[in-house]
Amino acid sequence: MKKHLVTLLNALAVFAALLLLWQGLDVLLHLPPYMLPTPLAVGRAVVARFPSLVASLAITSTEAAGGLAASIVAGVLIALVFAQSRWVRRMLYPYTILLQTVPIVAVAPLILMWVGPGTLSVTIVAFIICLAPIIANTTQGLISVEPNLIHLFLMHNASRLQILTRLRLPHAVPSLFVGIRIAAGISVIGAITGELFAGSSRVGEGGLGYSILYASAQLQTDYLFALVLAATVLGFAFFFLVMFLEWYFLHNWHESARALTDE
Amino acid sequence: MVTISDLSKRYGSNPPVLQQINLAIEKGEFISLIGPSGCGKSTLLKLISGLTSASSGSILVDGMTPVNARKTVSYIFQDATLLPWRNVTRNVGLGLELEHVSREARKAKVQSLLELVGLSHVAQAYPRQLSGGMKMRVSVARALATTPRLLLMDEPFGALDEMTRDRLNEELLRLRAEQSWTAVFVTHSVSEAVFLSTRIIVLAPSPGRIAQQIEIDLPFPRTSLTRESERFESYVTEVSRALRGVHSA
Repeated sequence: MKKHLVTLLNALAVFAALLLLWQGLDVLLHLPPYMLPTPLAVGRAVVARFPSLVASLAITSTEAAGGLAASIVAGVLIALVFAQSRWVRRMLYPYTILLQTVPIVAVAPLILMWVGPGTLSVTIVAFIICLAPIIANTTQGLISVEPNLIHLFLMHNASRLQILTRLRLPHAVPSLFVGIRIAAGISVIGAITGELFAGSSRVGEGGLGYSILYASAQLQTDYLFALVLAATVLGFAFFFLVMFLEWYFLHNWHESARALTDE
Repeated sequence: MVTISDLSKRYGSNPPVLQQINLAIEKGEFISLIGPSGCGKSTLLKLISGLTSASSGSILVDGMTPVNARKTVSYIFQDATLLPWRNVTRNVGLGLELEHVSREARKAKVQSLLELVGLSHVAQAYPRQLSGGMKMRVSVARALATTPRLLLMDEPFGALDEMTRDRLNEELLRLRAEQSWTAVFVTHSVSEAVFLSTRIIVLAPSPGRIAQQIEIDLPFPRTSLTRESERFESYVTEVSRALRGVHSA
């Protein structure tokens, strides 16, 4: 625990030093505030426009979380189908790769055209970007069970369903979490990307992506920085939430969670 | 208990792993299969368990096919094969759970077994908290939980240090005295085979076949003192000699 605290303090010290450097840069170079606002100016923007910042944050986090949650449900279901046979995997796996390689910025406008602007289409964009890592990792977890464990279950006349629910699924949980960790980070990116295209029906009611567009068009660079900061904080929050859940579910048994408990 | 006649096993078009095996195992025997690697001893165990099927010939366990006989057979693997997400109690109860034994009956059975193998104090622990010897003990307890009549063991103590292995060997015989199952045990260790067995089957490689059978007529109960006796030594010498013959052939 003490070690974690030291790590945190070190990170904070670096952060403080960077802020000082940034503020000092302004003194030296005298850049106009619409090019590079000072940290103090960004701080003022955060305080002054806190309610709308929080409103944007709430919209984006709802969309990202919705997309992530839907991708976990759908991804696990698809992985269960994939785990049934090598044949199924051979036929369908290429489409998973397609899902991963297709540029989301190109797909987002299409989704908006089909579904219409609004929260739902942004959530769908986040969902699409999250799906591939969930499918790939969960499938891997489901099929990589040690043969002797399967033999053990067979020796007790276990049914296919018993092997799935008592062996393959629990065995896949750590892999699923690897997928969720990746997806959690990109869900925020997906939601913001979606918002860049989705716009908003009323001014000040859009998510972070919409507000970023708006602030940049208005040359409100200090607020733009505040929004970027908020997006980063959101990504961090998602990541740590997933880390916590992973620790909570796995600390008793899995290697990846050990580091948190052993020290 | 087990009747093997004219059994052969080959994978695809490769040369046979086992050829013309004939073997009868009586109820209550403790059989060890020993031989150089590639002699098919693990394959023979997999055949008796029905985890793989014979290319020709037949195996009957209790008069049934290996797959049908599984209800009365338990298998102990080279590694402990514990489920890391289950604690010791729930690992030991796994077989009973899969066979739909009620929760109360399971609990009683698991508790008495944990006492029997000396694991009561770690009942709530998870596998990663246990030493190699402890894990293997859990594995043995799990195998015995379903009250098997035949216990198949594939080098269960091969990865353990010698002291732990000796102690577990003694415990295994103690359990056998209390529960009376028949055993087929695969091992690389001559002294382990002599200590445990009533009969040792020496297998020769390529193709795997029975080279020699040696009855071990040491009295039970066998203890650590048994290992110091002259007869034990002479059996070890005899089996080692048989193994050398197989190697040089």
